[in-house]
Amino acid sequence: MSNGHTEQKSLVERLQSIDRRIIFVFIGLAVVIPLLFGATLKEETTPIVQAFFDTVDELPEGSRVLLSFDYGPTTAPEIQPMVDAIVRQCGERKCKMYMMAVWATGHNLTWETIEKILKPEFPEYEYGIDYINLGYKAGNQGLIRVILVDFKMMYSTDANNTAIDDFPMMKNIRNLKNFDLIISFGGGFPGIKEWVLYAGDPGKIPIGGGCTAVSAPLLYPYYPNQLIGILGGAKGAAEYENALIQAYPKYKDRKMAGMSLMMSQAVAHVVIMFFILFGNVLYFIQRSRDRARATGAE
Amino acid sequence: MRRTVPLVITLIVGTVLIVAEFVPHKPFGSLGDNFSMYFDIIAVFAFILGGGNLLRVHITKINKKKADWPFSAVTLASFGLVLAAGLFKISNPGGIQGDVAAIGSLFNDLYMYIFTPLQASMFALLAFYVGSASYRAFRAKTVEATILLIAAFVILLGRTPFGLWLTGGLTGGWEFLQIPNLANWIMDVPNLAGQRAIMIGIALGVISMSLRIILGIERTYLGQDND
Repeated sequence: MSNGHTEQKSLVERLQSIDRRIIFVFIGLAVVIPLLFGATLKEETTPIVQAFFDTVDELPEGSRVLLSFDYGPTTAPEIQPMVDAIVRQCGERKCKMYMMAVWATGHNLTWETIEKILKPEFPEYEYGIDYINLGYKAGNQGLIRVILVDFKMMYSTDANNTAIDDFPMMKNIRNLKNFDLIISFGGGFPGIKEWVLYAGDPGKIPIGGGCTAVSAPLLYPYYPNQLIGILGGAKGAAEYENALIQAYPKYKDRKMAGMSLMMSQAVAHVVIMFFILFGNVLYFIQRSRDRARATGAE
Repeated sequence: MRRTVPLVITLIVGTVLIVAEFVPHKPFGSLGDNFSMYFDIIAVFAFILGGGNLLRVHITKINKKKADWPFSAVTLASFGLVLAAGLFKISNPGGIQGDVAAIGSLFNDLYMYIFTPLQASMFALLAFYVGSASYRAFRAKTVEATILLIAAFVILLGRTPFGLWLTGGLTGGWEFLQIPNLANWIMDVPNLAGQRAIMIGIALGVISMSLRIILGIERTYLGQDND
């Protein structure tokens, strides 16, 4: 009896200090298998995402939307699906898209978005008339503060070094107040918060934000008065894609990156929850045994 | 003298910028914007400073054959390659006038095919460490830890369709108990209250630290030299 008790206890202890590589294998499989099978998960759009979608959808034709690529490859898997969905929606609304980056790593992703989404899906869009890539400028929040007052003080050329005044869509742009909507992608510094503090609030310009899931809780205090909505992580992207499909059924059969990620994320969440639960069950078994042993010793 | 001059500059600039925020008339009105512009110019020079510092640190490490010096060699080689690709716009379709990140340029290829997968892999490792850490450390040892655990469970479940699948049957006035609704409530109420409190605290801290710097009480930003 005593031996059996000792063996049981050691099993609990062994499980508590299980090799972390075993956990890694479970997490890896939870993420990879749904991706390999191409499983997608439709998400119901929550009010905070729907508010964002509705604001963009109510923009009249020819509205000026500034898209700021304030992220990099680390967060691109979460953020790029949002960018793709919003660029598609802006294209459907026939908005003029002004693209820029306050992150150096965001600049390359701007061209990628143009090449992968804008050019093939909206061939009628012309560079300099309907969309423009203004590129990256250093200065963080200082840059935002300057372009709030004088856009051309920082942007005298586009990313290709062509004079900004050569583009018809830049003719009436004097400062950020000339934009109907600013959307910042990326929850780091500088990012959505800086756009709110240095452009949205002082210039009374509507701001929308798409960020990683871990950054989203930090931005909730700005919604709904200072942010029109927040897209948080792959779920936010999937919700936005769902809203896009509802409004524009032509996207129904298209593979959406956010929805594709959601199945992996959902399964990984369940695996993590299982491990938390299992770890706690082991902890309570161990604790009750320790107490019983302590009582027996007395 | 080396400390007095920066202190006087800080005092004057700090005071003038505070006044400028509240006085929208000339010459104060445009001062804030001008200083932002100066900041942007200085930020560009900071890149040169950063690059120089990177070279100094890693060349010293290689020369002295310190631990893991081969990594420093890789860092310097990568730095040199990307810098050359960007500065000279190697294989840029637009030539030397083209955008540094133009599709087809060596700079963009390095970014897309080396930098992007490396960075994405590093970030993706987080999922594995979160899984491992949550198994080992997330224990309901105290009341506070238990509340945190329950909140985490609700958020994790609420962020997946399983939350709705498990509690979707709660209708007729009980919808608020559906896990996705509970997750939204946690984000909208306790999270929001906590975040606001933190933000207000940080803002007060920034004001206090700014005043200490302007008044010359806080001098650590000047470095350790004492004269």
